[in-house]
Amino acid sequence: MTAAPVLPERGTMAPAIQVTGLHKHFGRNEVLKGIDFHVDAGQVVCVIGPSGSGKSTLLRCVNRLEEPSAGQILIEGVDICDRKVDLDEVRSRIGMVFQQFNLFPHLNVLKNLTLAQRTVRGRSKDEAVQIARQTLGKVGLSEKESAYPAHLSGGQQQRVSIARALSMNPDMMLFDEPTSALDPELVGDVLAVMKDLASEGMTMMVVTHEMGFAREVGNKLVFMDGGVVVEEGLPTDVLSNPQHERTQAFLSKVL
Amino acid sequence: MTRRERAILFQVALYVALAAGIVALALVADWPTIRENFWNKGGVDWADGNWGDLITIGMVNTVKYTAIAFAGGLALGLVLALMRLSPVAPYRWLATIYIEFFRGLPALVVMIFMSTGLPIAFGWTPPGGTVGAGLIGLIMVAGAYMAETLRAGIQAVPKGQAEAARSLGMRPGTTTVRVVLPQAFRIVIPPLTNEFVLLIKDTALLFLLGAAANERELTSVAKDFLASGPSAGTATSLVQAALLYLIITLPLTQLVAWLERRQRRSVR
Ligand SMILES: Nc1ncnc2c1ncn2[C@@H]1O[C@H](COP(=O)(O)OP(=O)(O)O)[C@@H](O)[C@H]1O
Ligand SMILES: [Mg+2]
Repeated sequence: MTAAPVLPERGTMAPAIQVTGLHKHFGRNEVLKGIDFHVDAGQVVCVIGPSGSGKSTLLRCVNRLEEPSAGQILIEGVDICDRKVDLDEVRSRIGMVFQQFNLFPHLNVLKNLTLAQRTVRGRSKDEAVQIARQTLGKVGLSEKESAYPAHLSGGQQQRVSIARALSMNPDMMLFDEPTSALDPELVGDVLAVMKDLASEGMTMMVVTHEMGFAREVGNKLVFMDGGVVVEEGLPTDVLSNPQHERTQAFLSKVL
Repeated sequence: MTRRERAILFQVALYVALAAGIVALALVADWPTIRENFWNKGGVDWADGNWGDLITIGMVNTVKYTAIAFAGGLALGLVLALMRLSPVAPYRWLATIYIEFFRGLPALVVMIFMSTGLPIAFGWTPPGGTVGAGLIGLIMVAGAYMAETLRAGIQAVPKGQAEAARSLGMRPGTTTVRVVLPQAFRIVIPPLTNEFVLLIKDTALLFLLGAAANERELTSVAKDFLASGPSAGTATSLVQAALLYLIITLPLTQLVAWLERRQRRSVR
């Protein structure tokens, strides 16, 4: 280690994700009713809650796949609703993993991983391929680079979609129930990849029903219900000693 | 009689009726006259019969005109489809008006308008003479139909595809071109092939606009052979043209059927 002065890296000053007073309605249906929420750099925050409580909507507001109705969203201190902000540039630094994988079915695995690298990052073909192979290796699918998504199992597809996001060298990753569409025996492989990521210090926001993962890997657990954050805290605290009645009711059903 | 026996009896009766009909037609028909009129020896002779012009002029031009009309219609249709799905409302209105207008008109009316109406109204003649004008008319109508096909194809691509691309930071244009359209095209290959077959037949309308001898498409050549050449005065050239049309269209319609079967099997 050299004795260079310790400069704050990008993102260490402000939280990676800071959501303040977020409201979202679809027509007259108010789905998010004032959410305050943050994820610090290097942390893994898991979001749990019953179906329809607004978890996906919150996650999708973080990279503005959903347009917030009111409130503020700061990514590394930058207000992404500001008109002057290049939203595409911000999104390229936020990896996103969907429940339904959403791999590009007309492209093979390698092309799935290089398309955005080349069109967004402007990387050369050689560089993009090299990075793609590296991330594929990381998720344990090096031998699948020329396969098409339709020929992969759900678990493999989800790992490819994680690799696709990682190929962009994102500052943080969003996961929306990444294992909910998988056969039970394939869940472990995907969670293992996510665990590795967390141990490397990746900033992660994970909507999940995997309480084991939340307990073991999460730095913070957030329980949502009815469009509000009901309770948050250390995963072990929230899971074994929930303070709020609604949290207790939910946990008694899923645990 | 059991239900099964009755069913068998009914089937036998159908076959008997069919056979009786065929026999009656064969007895009534004047076979030598029919052969003379529809398959005249002179007309089908390879050495100096109709085949030469029918193939080297008619069929070649039909394929050429179809290809031009298809390519033009596809380009126009793509622009219209994207306009129809545009977030900018006036683009949507314009595209909708255009599509509804030109789908509601006979192609022939538009073709005649392009070849005769435009020069009169605007003093402007479209390039390529009568054939060029007719083709532009055909493209304008085909574009309206293909726009609807393409729009349906684009909308059939799951929303998650564009979301995944956008979440990676891809711009809207890149997302459309690299992610959505390739999948949409795959979906619309069968209906577009059908569109191609319809266009092959629509090029026959060019006959009504008239064309120079070596610009004639298949129907025009066949029509001219009704009054001239070795089979003049018989319908032989029309039968020959019909065969040539089928040689082009049958493989294509079979291809569509095969593509549709394959698509149905590989639902991902
Ligand atoms: N695009 C949309 N249009 C209308 N309503 C929506 C849309 N997306 C989500 N909703 C509604 O918002 C509510 C919360 O949905 P969601 O955020 O997906 O919940 P969760 O992920 O917690 O299950 C649901 O009632 C859902 O019907
Ligand atoms: Mg959800």
